[in-house]
Amino acid sequence: MKVEIAVEKHASGFLLKLKGDVDMNSSSDVRGALGDTFRQGPKDAKALFIDLSQVRYMDSSGIATLVEAMQTCLKQGARLRLIDLSPAVRDVFELARLASIFEIFPSMDEAAKGL
Amino acid sequence: MTEDKGQTREVVTLTVPSHPKFLYVVRSALYPVVIDAGFSKKETRKIILAVDEACSNIIKYAYEGDPLQTIKLSIAVEAAEVRIELSDRGKRADPSKIAPRDLSDIRPGGLGTHFMQAVFDTVRYDTSGAQGTVLTLVKKKRSPFGEEAKK
Repeated sequence: MKVEIAVEKHASGFLLKLKGDVDMNSSSDVRGALGDTFRQGPKDAKALFIDLSQVRYMDSSGIATLVEAMQTCLKQGARLRLIDLSPAVRDVFELARLASIFEIFPSMDEAAKGL
Repeated sequence: MTEDKGQTREVVTLTVPSHPKFLYVVRSALYPVVIDAGFSKKETRKIILAVDEACSNIIKYAYEGDPLQTIKLSIAVEAAEVRIELSDRGKRADPSKIAPRDLSDIRPGGLGTHFMQAVFDTVRYDTSGAQGTVLTLVKKKRSPFGEEAKK
């Protein structure tokens, strides 16, 4: 099962939209897309937004990928903002007790505020 | 699917190659069985997550990434619980070295064991067979009031 990844340029950074299953088989694709975005994006990007509303399944490798993205953002002086977590993503965040670690917003409009 | 009507339980067995692309098959097979056993959608999603993590650990650690091996799953639905056994023929797990990591240590990786222990009432590794490991995961059914279901 593959994950679909769409990257959109936004006024204050980049938006990655993920759709499908982010698991041991597909998280490397997400990691690759994030790496490309960090390499090719402008160095003055204020934030990386990741829309998780269409993620049907996420495992610990998906969580690891998000933690790595957060660490890269911190090094580059940018914010990682997660948008509209699907029920499956909420479950894994709940089990990993990660909800307080990430900045989570209900919509892109809300996530883009205050940057 | 095997249904043993002589006893109070139904048993579903499934064997998949040890390639990560077949984790999807495991998840797809588990969902209707666990839902039908009476667990809520949220409980079912967490059970599936924990079993998926167990399979990922078998692929990574028991088979060290070899995609040509197999993982056998047995899902037994009983009146008061669901019991899932995962059998592999790979490098044996050492239960004394398997421990969930501290969640306050924010770093990638190492969450799978925590998920298994958080979701299931019993997590047991058996290495007494001729080869490999049998991992048994048991989740008891609970009433809406938090009580365990009667057998």
